[in-house]
Amino acid sequence: MHKTLFTFFLLACCNLAQAALNVFACEPEWAALTQELAPEASLYTATTALQDPHRIEARPSLIARARRADLAVCTGAELEMAWLPLVLREAGNARVQPGQAGYFEAAHYVTMQEVPSRLDRGEGDMHALGNPHIQTDARNFLPVADALAKRLMQLDPANAKEYRQRLASFDSRWRAAIARWERQAAPLKGIPIVVQHQGFPYLESWLGLKEVATLEPKPGMEPGANHLAQVLAILQQHPARMILRATYNDGRASTWMSERAHLPQVVLPFSVGGSDRANDLFGLFDVTIARLLDALAQGSAQ
Amino acid sequence: MYKLINAAALALLLAFPAQGGAESGNPETAFNPAFSLILSGTYGNLQQDASVPVTGFVMNPNPGHGQGFNLGESEMGISANIDPQFRGEATLALDPAGGVSVENAYVQTTSLEDGMNLRFGRFFSSLGYLNEVHAHAWDFSDPPLVYAVLWGNQLGEDGLQFKWLAPTDTFIELGGETGKGRGFPGTDRAKNGGGEGVLFAHIGDDIGIEHSWRAGLSWHSTHATARASNNVPDRRNTPGGVSDAFSGNSQTAGLDAVWKYAPNGNLRERYLKVQAEYFRRREDGLLSYDTAPAGANITDRYANTQNGWYVQGVYQFMPRWRIGGRYDRLEPGVAQVGARNAGNVISDYGYQPSRTTLMADWSPSEFSRLRLQFARDLSRKGQPDHQLFLQYIMSMGAHGAHRY
Repeated sequence: MHKTLFTFFLLACCNLAQAALNVFACEPEWAALTQELAPEASLYTATTALQDPHRIEARPSLIARARRADLAVCTGAELEMAWLPLVLREAGNARVQPGQAGYFEAAHYVTMQEVPSRLDRGEGDMHALGNPHIQTDARNFLPVADALAKRLMQLDPANAKEYRQRLASFDSRWRAAIARWERQAAPLKGIPIVVQHQGFPYLESWLGLKEVATLEPKPGMEPGANHLAQVLAILQQHPARMILRATYNDGRASTWMSERAHLPQVVLPFSVGGSDRANDLFGLFDVTIARLLDALAQGSAQ
Repeated sequence: MYKLINAAALALLLAFPAQGGAESGNPETAFNPAFSLILSGTYGNLQQDASVPVTGFVMNPNPGHGQGFNLGESEMGISANIDPQFRGEATLALDPAGGVSVENAYVQTTSLEDGMNLRFGRFFSSLGYLNEVHAHAWDFSDPPLVYAVLWGNQLGEDGLQFKWLAPTDTFIELGGETGKGRGFPGTDRAKNGGGEGVLFAHIGDDIGIEHSWRAGLSWHSTHATARASNNVPDRRNTPGGVSDAFSGNSQTAGLDAVWKYAPNGNLRERYLKVQAEYFRRREDGLLSYDTAPAGANITDRYANTQNGWYVQGVYQFMPRWRIGGRYDRLEPGVAQVGARNAGNVISDYGYQPSRTTLMADWSPSEFSRLRLQFARDLSRKGQPDHQLFLQYIMSMGAHGAHRY
């Protein structure tokens, strides 16, 4: 109790200016990126790759963690709209409110895809600013890392030099990795695929995959029997090579389709932590590319 | 130190133009202000007259239930940041019979530091767990009995609320409210100062990634002046009952707890939510018996302690489908009635109202929900009721964030 009180007074009145930045990352991919740029930061990740990022609740623990954050690193583009606004409001922390330097939205720095020309919920769960799953294209991390490093320098100017160095290091390692992944993924170009949720447009445009069908009838809607039958019919006309789903997606619909259409099912980690080897950003894409190539080989062998 | 950092930050800001914290962030900024509309309605099939109050709680509110087809309250919500310091939110309830009532209309600070939050205007009190939850987000088509009789469904106040969040990894929130006292058990007043006060403490955390919980303590204190109740049965068996009025102090203590579990923390697939709340109210003052113009009008001391609790569980067994159960119980208490009214006012009803409710709901999307609910209602002595409700809740416009 005394210790808690002591800590409290230290935090409240004396402001340990030299303390590392306290970062609240909305998704694991941004936590991993922050880790690359600011390994000494005290980092909290609000969600895991096993959770549907659309369906998080404003849990007390999230509010408590946002209370002391110096920086919130999130996707934006309405991905977190069901919980983040409430978490930030309840946190009593002016620094991380939208519009402040302590609030960072990755989607702001990449070119958004699937921006709806018409907003109508009859079309399902629409995101007015475009598809928010930007982390499936490795190239998107370059501008985001650049912007995030600048934000870190702005918030913690004393360590600006370190952030600049780490950004340069990450940038060159990442560019080399992208070149490697693109080389490895060359056979995937033009491959027709089926996806469960429209979670991969960025991955598709990066690797040249061709989406021919979606198991969800509309974004966010559960795949029903009628729709699955229609998809099966489409696949007879336009055969695909594999079915993609994220770790957090329920596997029943894609397993059903996989059996009927004789297609391999690819479970992608979707974010850091989504599979055993996807421990960091590099691992995330190593696993993603490897699984896609495996499925392709499996399909060819059949 | 701060100044130095600020100066450096400013220099950096100038060095990186057009990259500053310009994110819109909040979906609320997509339309300014954010606008939402909830449409809801019920079909109720009851065996007993809904206007009969809960036994032993005749001097409490009786929100009752609608029979047949009923348009529920359509709720219109408008919210936006007002400026960098304040955010405003208003919820207007459109009454099916016509007319608009202001359910919530408050301003909240967004620029305070150190875990502080200030709210003023009309808002649902933060006492308990369910009190702040709007009707469209309830897990059952009606509130627990204890909320219906002790708070008239929900305690809303005109006043101000201050709360503080501790700088700990565990969520610890302390808060207080002061208000006019217009909501039951208080009575509207035209005086300086506040007519009611609320103190609350919430604590919560996660256990691993699959479990989360929150528990709370609350205390409410108010004063009622000539709080009128009609059709109150009496010891003289007056046909149709009499009208009474209570003036005095009312103090309520509450305990609440909620626990949620979702495999892998993924709420989309399956989750279980269990919650329970208990309230205990002590009222002490003067009761005027039979206040009708030609009535007896006898005033003497009246004190009573009432309590009630509920426990409920909701299970989403597959995406979009949920089932739930709830058990309600009330204890009307044995009133201490002054000697002058001993022959008039019933002090002991000798009955503990209870109710068992089951529900199933289906949500085709996040914006729509259809619900079937069945209750065996033993809240009125000698009038067991089987109640069936069909309900729809649809929301349009801005996607609001839901409370935990």
